[in-house]
Amino acid sequence: MKNREYQQIDPQALATPTPTPPPRPLPEHKTKRARRKWEVFPGKNRFYCDGRIIVARQSGVLPLTLGLILLTSGLFFIFDCPFLVKHLTSCIPAIGGVLFVFVIISLLQTSFTDPGILPRATPEEAADIEKQIDNPAASSSSYRPPPRTKEVVINQQVVKLKYCFTCKIFRPPRTSHCSLCDNCVERFDHHCPWVGNCVGKRNYRFFYTFIVSLSFLTAFIFGCVTTHLALRSQEGNGLVFALQASPASALELVVCFFSVWSILGLSGFHTYLVAANLTTNEDIKGSWSGKSGNEDVGNPYSYNSLIKNCCSVLCGPMPPSLIDRRGFVPSDDSVQTSPVEIELPAAKNDINMVGRAVTSGRPPPPPPPVVTLQQPAISIQSHSTA
Amino acid sequence: MATEFHNLQELRHSASLATKVFIQRDYSDGTICKFQTKFPAELDSRIERSLFEETVKTLNCYYAEAEKIGGQSYLEGCLACATAYIIFLCMETRYEKILKKISMFIQEQNEKIYAPRGLLLTDPIERGMRVIEISIFEDSGSTSSSSSGSSPSSSTAQ
Repeated sequence: MKNREYQQIDPQALATPTPTPPPRPLPEHKTKRARRKWEVFPGKNRFYCDGRIIVARQSGVLPLTLGLILLTSGLFFIFDCPFLVKHLTSCIPAIGGVLFVFVIISLLQTSFTDPGILPRATPEEAADIEKQIDNPAASSSSYRPPPRTKEVVINQQVVKLKYCFTCKIFRPPRTSHCSLCDNCVERFDHHCPWVGNCVGKRNYRFFYTFIVSLSFLTAFIFGCVTTHLALRSQEGNGLVFALQASPASALELVVCFFSVWSILGLSGFHTYLVAANLTTNEDIKGSWSGKSGNEDVGNPYSYNSLIKNCCSVLCGPMPPSLIDRRGFVPSDDSVQTSPVEIELPAAKNDINMVGRAVTSGRPPPPPPPVVTLQQPAISIQSHSTA
Repeated sequence: MATEFHNLQELRHSASLATKVFIQRDYSDGTICKFQTKFPAELDSRIERSLFEETVKTLNCYYAEAEKIGGQSYLEGCLACATAYIIFLCMETRYEKILKKISMFIQEQNEKIYAPRGLLLTDPIERGMRVIEISIFEDSGSTSSSSSGSSPSSSTAQ
């Protein structure tokens, strides 16, 4: 095993000019553009605005969701509000407007926020974990070893942590791998096609706000349209005349009638989940309801207090994004990327990156990059082992 | 034999990476970010146990403070909800502020304690908050087999 000369980057050297060559190669060395980490992200996600916005690969029915909301609200403001303002009060468009704004903003935030994706393991980490797992049958390539699990005790409950073959990590508790997005997501709730993204730790509160405000909006529009039609029928010659005078209301009525039940139901369900500090995933699988016949099971993550559960889920601290989308991929020919002696065959040039968080919405760091890492970057240039 | 480096600069000029040790997460308290304080065998000859434990305990305290659910986080959460979460785009959250403090702390620890002993801590945020990666360097002058001379036993983590 050869010993390679390994250069470390001194963190102070990044700030002050030094005689030694900077970590980022100057344009005359190579004209290769510095790539951001989102460009080499291994999961099935799509990125927009240079990594600021993240969505799942399939947008699902997000355009339909947005379209329905915009259409129904638009029709409401154009056709129903003038009548209601004249006959009732001008608060109606105001309330409707506030609800509409809440719905749209929370929908966009749910769809475009990183739900809590866990970056995949670096090759050394994966090798380290492999070493710890006893696996005598690894020689046969066709035989897939049984799922590896690790047990931990949380709050006097035994919780099994599963090994994720794709991400090469032991999943933390409450983390699940989404096959649609091909990522492990922390506190995975579900993959929602209506918003076109996974719902996880970081965007659950946005999702909850979205469905609650949407149920209020739908119910509000339904109520207002019904009032509008009722008032018109009284003034005119009946319901048919009212519908003919305002056909858009009929459409709104139909849309709202069919959606209000499912949305209200969903809000109710998620309110229950929030109060019990459960995820949809856990509820469906019956992880803590004792379905497997074990009566001692209870939710180890619950604080056993309604208020505390609600507050911790909805008002807890906002965790940072763990995938540093807008950070720069350490360049191949910068000084610190000499191949490491750990015995990894250089089969593929698969660069794994993880990086500092704190990126959403921030302006990008100035060009001489690798500055996203305050620590000297030990970047590995090889790839997947096991 | 113990390798002596006097600072990060020397480490940079004359060191080569030998191996890496990973300190795994401790999930016994739930999903909060907490690292195991178990002392890995590979560091036995490189650093005193107490120094290592002190570093990990301090890191755990920082993370506990960041994830604490209390008055300030409620205020932040409620304010964010009232503004339809737009405030997250404008303001730095408490968690982010503490992450910066953690970065500074790790840098300081590296400079004062770990680099002189030929070790380097990597900020957990750069590894998805899964592990604390400790890189062990050997003096390139001593070219004996540096790769896992002490085969990493499975006593690490778990």
